[in-house]
Amino acid sequence: MAEVMKKATRDSYGEALVELGQENPNIVVFDADLAGATKTGVFKKAFPDRFFDCGIAEGNMMVAAAGVSTCGYIPFASTFAMFAAGRAYEQIRNSIGYPHLNVKIGATHAGISVGEDGATHQCNEDIALMRTIPGMVVINPADDVEAKAAVKAAAAYVGPVYLRFGRLAAPIFNDAATYKFEMGKGITLRDGKDVTIVATGILVGEAIKAGELLAAEGIDARIINIHTIKPIDKELLVKASRETGRILTCEEHSIIGGLGSAVMEAIAEEAPCKVSRLGVNDQYGHSGPGAKLLEEYGFTAENIAARAKELLK
Amino acid sequence: MTQEKLEQLKATATEVRRGILTEVHAAKSGHPGGSLSVADIITYLYSEVLRVDPQNPRWEDRDRLVLSKGHTCPALYAMLAEKGFFPKEELTTFRAIGSRLQGHPDMNKAPGIDFSAGSLGQGVSAACGMALAGKLGHKNYRVYTILGDGEIEEGQVWEAAMFADHYKLDNLCFIIDNNDLQIDGRVGEVSSPYPIDEKFRAFGFEVFCCDGHDFAALEETFQKVLKVTGKPVAVIAKTVKGKGISYMEDQVGWHGKAPNDAEYEQGMKELEEVR
Repeated sequence: MAEVMKKATRDSYGEALVELGQENPNIVVFDADLAGATKTGVFKKAFPDRFFDCGIAEGNMMVAAAGVSTCGYIPFASTFAMFAAGRAYEQIRNSIGYPHLNVKIGATHAGISVGEDGATHQCNEDIALMRTIPGMVVINPADDVEAKAAVKAAAAYVGPVYLRFGRLAAPIFNDAATYKFEMGKGITLRDGKDVTIVATGILVGEAIKAGELLAAEGIDARIINIHTIKPIDKELLVKASRETGRILTCEEHSIIGGLGSAVMEAIAEEAPCKVSRLGVNDQYGHSGPGAKLLEEYGFTAENIAARAKELLK
Repeated sequence: MTQEKLEQLKATATEVRRGILTEVHAAKSGHPGGSLSVADIITYLYSEVLRVDPQNPRWEDRDRLVLSKGHTCPALYAMLAEKGFFPKEELTTFRAIGSRLQGHPDMNKAPGIDFSAGSLGQGVSAACGMALAGKLGHKNYRVYTILGDGEIEEGQVWEAAMFADHYKLDNLCFIIDNNDLQIDGRVGEVSSPYPIDEKFRAFGFEVFCCDGHDFAALEETFQKVLKVTGKPVAVIAKTVKGKGISYMEDQVGWHGKAPNDAEYEQGMKELEEVR
C-alpha cells in the first residue's frame, strides 16, 4: 500500500489564504507575531499590502480585525488557539460575536499535539469556549482537503467563524476531486449498525482505521466526521443514536465542553443513548513529541477500537 | 469662533444634557457623570467635525466615531437624536426592553452607532481597524474614538496605541475624556494613568491638551488635529464629571446612578436656566 500523504492543517490554512487572496481583494490577514508558525506568512509573502502583523497583542488584533470588517473587508485573524480562544475570549465574545461581525479566526496549534512547548501552549479548551458564543461557527477540519475547503467556506459565509488547525502533519484521507464541504453537515465515512464513532479534527483519520480494526473483529462501526461542531448536525447524530444505540466521541480537546458535550446535547432530548467520550480528561498536557503525546493520551486507532468495544459490553 | 456659533453650540450641548438627564431618569439607571463630562466634546464633534449623514447612517465614506467609553452613550444617543438619526422621543426608552438604545451602544440596533463598544479598552482597537481600512481603501474618512481616563488603565489601550503608531494612522484621533474620576475614586488614587500626555507622546502620538468644555479651545484643537500627518493624534480634554448639573459636578457617586424625581426636576431646572 502506498504511503499516505501527510500535511499539517496549518499549512493548508496558509495555502488556502493565498488562493482566497487571489480571488478576493477584500481578504486581509492579521497575525500576532506568529506568521511563520500559523502559516499566514505565505499570505504575507504573496500579498504584503494586505497582511498586518499586530505584534504580541492578541486582544487588540481581534478587535482591530472587527473594526476592519465593518468597512467591508474579510479579515482572518491568526494566532495559536491558546491566545485566540483563551487570551482574547472576551474580545471575541464582545467585539466579534455580539455584533456578529464578519471576522474569521484562524487558530492553529490546537490540542496536545503542539508537543514540546507543553501545557501553557496546548489548548484543550478552545472548542468549549468558542461554542458558548451565540452565532459563532466552530470548525475543526480533519485533513488538508477538508481544511482548505473549510477556509473557503468560512470566507464565503457572512459572520464570525472559528477555525481550528493543528501543528502536526496529519494523513490526507479525503479526495480533493470529490470532497464537498457543507458547513454544519457531518459526513458518514463508514456505515455501520453496532456502534457509532463520532470524531473531529486529526482523530477522524484514527477513527477510520479503528473502524477497520473493529470490522476485522466482526464489529460493524459507523464512522462520522463532525467538522462543524457548531452548528452541529443534530439530525445525523440523532439518527446514529437511534440506529446504533451507542456513540463514542473522539476529540483532541477536553472532554468537558467539546465535541463529546456537543454530541450529548444534540441527542439527549430526542434520542439519548449510551455515550463514551474519548478526549483529554480534566487535566493539562505536558512536554514531549506531539506524536508521542497523542499515543499517551489514547488518541490512536487501537485505543479508539478498544473504547468502542468497551462501550458494547 | 463667532458669538453666533458659540451660542449655537452651547444651546446644542444644553439639549444633549437635557437628553442625558431624561434618559437616565427614565431608565432609573445609567451613567450620568461621564455622559455629562463628554457632552461638550460630542456636541462639538457632531456639530463641526464629523461628516455623517443621518439619512444614510452607514454611508461608507462617513467619518467614524467609536465611543470606547460606551457606558456614556446617553450623551451620544442625545446628540444622535439632535442630528436626526432617530426621534428624540425615543430617548425615554433608554435601557428598556425592546429599545434600540441599549445600556451600552449596539451598532446593529441604534442608527448612527459605528461600533458596539462598552467593554473598556476594546472600542479603541476597533477604531484602529477602521482607520487601517481607510488607509487600505484610500478613503478620506477620519476615525475618532473617545476613551475615559480610567479606561486607559486597560492594557489593550496601549496595544492599540502601539498599533496606531506602527501603521502611522494619521486618520485616527484618540480623545481622552480626562474628568479625573472613576468608580472607585480619583484616577490618580485608584491606579494612576498620569502623566497621560507624556505616555501618548512616548507611544508616538501628536498630543494636544485642551479644556473639554471650552468650544473655542475645542475648535482650535480639532483644527490642529486635521493638519497632523504621519502619526496618530491624542487629544487630552480636561473635563469635569457631571458638568452642568451642580450637585453632580466632580462627585464620584454620580458615575453610575440615576437621579430621583426631585433631583431630576432640579437638574432640568438648572439646564432650563442656561437654555
